[in-house]
Amino acid sequence: MTGTGRLLRLVLRRDRWIMPLWIFGFGILPYVYIAGFETLFATAQERVDYARVSAANTGFIALYGPLHGDSLGELAVWRGGFVPLMIGLAALLTVVRHTRADEESGRTELVRATVVGRYAQLAAALIATAGASLLMGLVVAGTMIGAGQPVAGSIALGVVFMLSGWMFAGVGAIAAQLTSSARSARTLGVVALGVSFVLRLGGDVSDDREFLAWLSPIGWVHRVFPYGENNGGPAVLALVFAIVTVGVSAYLLAHRDMGAGLLASRLGPATAAASLGSPLALAWRLHRGLLFGWTAGFAALGLVFGGVGSSVVQLAADSGGVDEVFSRIGGSGAVTDAYFATTAAVCGLIAACYAVQAALRMRDEEQSGHAEAVLSTSVGRFTWGASHLIFALLGPAVALLAQGLLAGVVHGTVGPVLAASLAQLPAVWVLAGVTMLLVGTWPKMASLAWGAIAACVLLLLVGSLLEFDQWVLDLSPFTHVPHLPGGTFTPLPLVLLTAVAAAFGGVGLLALRRRDVPR
Amino acid sequence: MTEAIDVEGLVKRFGAVTALDQLDLRVRTGEVHGFLGPNGAGKTTTIRVLLGLMRADGGTARLLGGDPWADATALHRRLAYVPGDVTFWPQLTGGEVIDLLGRLRGGLDPKRRDALIERFELDPRKKGRTYSKGNRQKVALVAALSSDVELLVLDEPTSGLDPLMEEVFREVILEEKRRGDRTVLLSSHILSEVEALCDRLTIIRAGRAVETGTLADLRHLTRTTIRAELTGPVNGLASITGVHGLTSEDGRVAFDVDADALEPALKTLVAAGVRSLISQPPSLEELFLRHYTKSEK
Repeated sequence: MTGTGRLLRLVLRRDRWIMPLWIFGFGILPYVYIAGFETLFATAQERVDYARVSAANTGFIALYGPLHGDSLGELAVWRGGFVPLMIGLAALLTVVRHTRADEESGRTELVRATVVGRYAQLAAALIATAGASLLMGLVVAGTMIGAGQPVAGSIALGVVFMLSGWMFAGVGAIAAQLTSSARSARTLGVVALGVSFVLRLGGDVSDDREFLAWLSPIGWVHRVFPYGENNGGPAVLALVFAIVTVGVSAYLLAHRDMGAGLLASRLGPATAAASLGSPLALAWRLHRGLLFGWTAGFAALGLVFGGVGSSVVQLAADSGGVDEVFSRIGGSGAVTDAYFATTAAVCGLIAACYAVQAALRMRDEEQSGHAEAVLSTSVGRFTWGASHLIFALLGPAVALLAQGLLAGVVHGTVGPVLAASLAQLPAVWVLAGVTMLLVGTWPKMASLAWGAIAACVLLLLVGSLLEFDQWVLDLSPFTHVPHLPGGTFTPLPLVLLTAVAAAFGGVGLLALRRRDVPR
Repeated sequence: MTEAIDVEGLVKRFGAVTALDQLDLRVRTGEVHGFLGPNGAGKTTTIRVLLGLMRADGGTARLLGGDPWADATALHRRLAYVPGDVTFWPQLTGGEVIDLLGRLRGGLDPKRRDALIERFELDPRKKGRTYSKGNRQKVALVAALSSDVELLVLDEPTSGLDPLMEEVFREVILEEKRRGDRTVLLSSHILSEVEALCDRLTIIRAGRAVETGTLADLRHLTRTTIRAELTGPVNGLASITGVHGLTSEDGRVAFDVDADALEPALKTLVAAGVRSLISQPPSLEELFLRHYTKSEK
């Protein structure tokens, strides 16, 4: 552990911009919801009605988690139900960034050769992340108490946010030990996060399968119910999980060589297969892992979403309890429709993450010097760029197809469910196009594409609540996707979105031809 | 076509930094041309402009008779490149990378590939992430050398190789040279390598060519070190222009002398009577150091 303090300072120095961003960004979000709800509801009765309808809307439950009460605090916590997921993502990315990513790049070798203990790097990364999570929890509790919310509930909410960070810092630490590249460590961590979310969702939207949510770390933090039950049990479970994951990661670290993962590299073929001889064939080699992984993930999403679909109506009836609620949201058919429309929207946003990740591979290739090797052969820029872009466009299509098809088959109505998923594609392509545009014109800022996704998520989740102007909501391509199933289908928005995506992508590719590589 | 590379007044800026400042570089067809310069002098940037990866802000560049930016893909069929900082895809084996790059270039000679793998003692079955720097360089070298191309562009190709492999590299390049139809641009700062392989060389500093010519030409530009024991007193040595750093003690003199002052200096020594004389020809190191330390001023 020698040298942990110094390395900790290094971590904080390197993250001095990004860390405050997520500490305060996520930290003040519950307060923003409180403020939003306060202006939204003129009377307490309106709020209670809203809570009653929401608690019965399976689409909402799928997205935000279960809602047990109708107080302002409970509503705010519930609407922020996706935040633990985002915190988990931030935490695990931070830990991987300061452990495996450094090790892969060779920086660790330099650091470890100085007076620094074996565990110092991992410890510094974990302490920094855990400290940031703690600070975020304090911001949450402070702002909520300041907003006049009950003290116990505010502290419980702070603890929920903090533990979300702690648990996935531990997950990130384990992923960093298991794999030998930062990319696979991140993928492993994100898969763990995705599995937690899907288990949570599966358990929450159906009465008879609630145990699923108890298998998920994300499910636990939803079961604390701040401002309501203020349950300590799930929080303790989360704390134990965090401690165990950190312990396991330290054990794994002590049992491997520097630079190595636990899975050893094997020898491969001495010559290339005859098929490996074109930019597209190379792109296939580079993207196929991503494609298989995401498709498998989407297939799993489809199975869970479809499998749970049938019990959605039952749950709505149980918690709403009255026909009045049903009729207000449009009858039992509408309940299932709303549910599948929401899951399709969620899948669309996740598929957009895949599209951005695949398109950014191009930038990775450029920065790592691989592009230079390819572009010094008779491969042109356009061909090279297009060979990657095609995976950013078709990959999400395959993934959404798998999800929609499986959800439809399991639920028993293939057509409408599949259509809802595929309707997301043009919006997903817009994000791929934006990424290509950035890679072509402003490569140093290409990762802003992730910011574009974050903006879409934010507009979807808080846009209507904070009563943004329609033109702001219209900035997100997902606003223009027809509300399927149940809504009316008009092809025009989809055609326009596709055209916008093509324009962005085309300009990006042309700009790529005109600029320096690497830049 | 007598010039494989013809660069005149090349300018390349990165924001406020001028990486290439009126650079001239001429490489004749069939020669091995050394491209020397300290770190950050602009060697890699020049090469990237020549490969059409970067666009120049000024000046002209011709490569194999074409425009490196506009005709990039057509020209790239006729050349092979070994980057200075070699990294390959972690999931591809060395053998796969060699084949892939060869095919993307328009084909490679499998017999030559296998022979080169043998000579460089490379294990082509290993994955990219497990290779050391030297082994990655070997992969890049085998990939470049097994294609039948007119021009080889090598950016510090031996910086990670061990001395045995460096020797193999020299042998291979000398064989290429004997064939007579291949041009090699060899960026390096290993002087013995340049001395052993290159017909002509260009030294660049701060984005500008400061010296260009054959090794003999360049030697001519620098000083010979003379040490002599004299039988009698010597007069007028200090007054010869071109004699530098003269020290004299107990009939022993030592000085550096410019090439064109060598004759008068030696005549003066002979007039005084010479008991013993040691003359040291200028090494490339000195030439190099002279140009580089000059840059600090």
